[in-house]
Amino acid sequence: MPKKIIQNFNIEFLSILDENGKADSKLMPKLSNNDIKLMYELMKKTRIFDEKALKLQREGRLGTYASSLGQEAAQIGSAYALDKEDFIFPSFREQGVYLLRGMPIDQYLAYWRGDERGMYSTKKVNMFTVTIPVGTHMLHAAGFGWASKIKKESRVVVTYFGDGATSEGDFHEAMNFASVFEIPLIFICQNNQYAISVPVSKQTKSATIAQKAIAYGMYGIKVDGNDVFAMYKSTKEAVERAKKGKPTLIEAFTYRRNDHTTSDDAKKYRNDKELKQWDKKDPIERLKKYMITKKLWTKEYEEELDRKFNDEMDEAIKKMESIEDPKKEDILNYVYAELDENLKEQKEELK
Amino acid sequence: MKANLVQAINMALNQEMSKDKSVILLGEDIGIDGGVFRVTEGLYQKYKDRVFDTPLAESGIVGTSIGLALNGLKPVAEIQFEGFIMPALDQLISHASRIRNRSRGAFSVPIVIRSPIGGGIHALEHHSDSPETYFVHTPGLKVVIPSRPYDAKGLLISAIRDPDPVIFFEPKKIYRAFKEEVPEKEYTIPLGKANIIQEGDDLTIITYGSWVRETLKAVEGLKYSIEIIDLRTLKPLDVKTIIDSVSRTGRCVIVHEAPKTLGLAAEIIAIINEKALLSLQAPIERVTGYDTIVPLPKLEDYYMPNTERIKKSIEKVMNF
Repeated sequence: MPKKIIQNFNIEFLSILDENGKADSKLMPKLSNNDIKLMYELMKKTRIFDEKALKLQREGRLGTYASSLGQEAAQIGSAYALDKEDFIFPSFREQGVYLLRGMPIDQYLAYWRGDERGMYSTKKVNMFTVTIPVGTHMLHAAGFGWASKIKKESRVVVTYFGDGATSEGDFHEAMNFASVFEIPLIFICQNNQYAISVPVSKQTKSATIAQKAIAYGMYGIKVDGNDVFAMYKSTKEAVERAKKGKPTLIEAFTYRRNDHTTSDDAKKYRNDKELKQWDKKDPIERLKKYMITKKLWTKEYEEELDRKFNDEMDEAIKKMESIEDPKKEDILNYVYAELDENLKEQKEELK
Repeated sequence: MKANLVQAINMALNQEMSKDKSVILLGEDIGIDGGVFRVTEGLYQKYKDRVFDTPLAESGIVGTSIGLALNGLKPVAEIQFEGFIMPALDQLISHASRIRNRSRGAFSVPIVIRSPIGGGIHALEHHSDSPETYFVHTPGLKVVIPSRPYDAKGLLISAIRDPDPVIFFEPKKIYRAFKEEVPEKEYTIPLGKANIIQEGDDLTIITYGSWVRETLKAVEGLKYSIEIIDLRTLKPLDVKTIIDSVSRTGRCVIVHEAPKTLGLAAEIIAIINEKALLSLQAPIERVTGYDTIVPLPKLEDYYMPNTERIKKSIEKVMNF
């Protein structure tokens, strides 16, 4: 009886655009100049949204908010590779994805201000609501994609989550269901290296998160998450795979440059030196450098974008703050499709 | 046709599947095997592309059911035993029950989670529990426990057609205990409506599931005029039927197998306190499981309510 190796595996790492804005032409995906500019604009828009939201929170005009600073390429690069009909299950840091999809900004902000009505419009942009409990929504994505398959729809489903979520049992159950039932699903793990204060080294002993796919008979790839081209390319390829019933796990290696949320203080558990290293890897700066060499960027263009997105945000904030307060009865109105007798009684009491 | 509980549930599933192509079944061993209690027997053979044997993962079953429902299907999931539903509690409490509210009605989760419930079959640990209170306590869920084949069919069809998540518990002790006439034609029994099994003027007994039958046995030959209410749906609760009856009889005994503390009886007593206290002629009695872990078979019978305990409580209330 021999003892021998019966399985081996390799994990690829994909990086196309380096920190100096130089792209590997052999790996470069097919993207028009217009596509590249659009991606840049969406990343800028996400950054400006984030800055404005943080400011609103500090002024007491928004509730607890989770910043996406530094993760713009991971979000925009991947979501740009999808069709409108493809359905997305985000976690709670995916403002870039919501913005790309055309989620009304005032509505999205209204949610973070503490108004459930803000989530109503997610369905219109083929996205699900924000999910707060970490790692629980990938199963919903698996079920949604499974239904797509049963109904013979051609769309794929994408779910976003963080490195912390990969320790949750539901992550593994979702990966397993997706693979066993050949569900057209793409798992995008934004490995931003921290789950609040716990670094990824304490989250898992796996050398990569991508390799967790192997255990489920699935393709997994680690991607430079601050490289918008690599994110686009790996997602585009995952879409093709998904359409053949093969799910993919993409580990977008990135960094959470802000606190976990506005209720957190990251200074307590990480140092400036580490932070500065990642400032240098900024995904927007990197793309800008590339665009300069391709003559797609000018100072005037940048100023125009800043002006445009700041105005758009200011208008959305004004709109959000002018939304009438919800009716107090709403706390009971959406528990079921129809109020039962008990809730009718409580509604009277609430009046 | 004459059918037992298992056959009646099977009939309901079969009829809804044949009528509505969006109804699908998923769970452990429910396909070729027909489920460990054979409730889904023959359905895989009939609807191969809509009956799925899943990996052994309860949270996965309920979590994917939510997603299936979000994309327009009507999943009816089986959890093999109520004791194994615990890993799925997160999905039920954190998501299934909240998605309509969270999205202000943009999304809804019309799923049915079927699971056997209760003891009395001398099984292993985690095979004899009565966890209904967890679900009744959760806003956004509905909870159904039928007591007989006729009701099981009509209630399950209503549950499948309901726009909200329904937990459908099947008392395993009476899966094959008796048969009754179950019409082959399609019919529904509305959720939230209790059934008066027997009318009476002296005392109201409120119960559900397998304890309806035990209660009927307990009152046999007693000299009192006893009204028996089978709740059928635990949430929403049919408060009107309870209050109308207790207001009339002035006496009440509540029987369930779940542990006493915060069991459904506690809520029913609170409701009677709010709406019919002054009609009461005697304190309300509870006949329930004890506040302990359901024992293994050697001691199981000591845990269960029984006809003697029910009779004792009846006498206590009548002779107050």
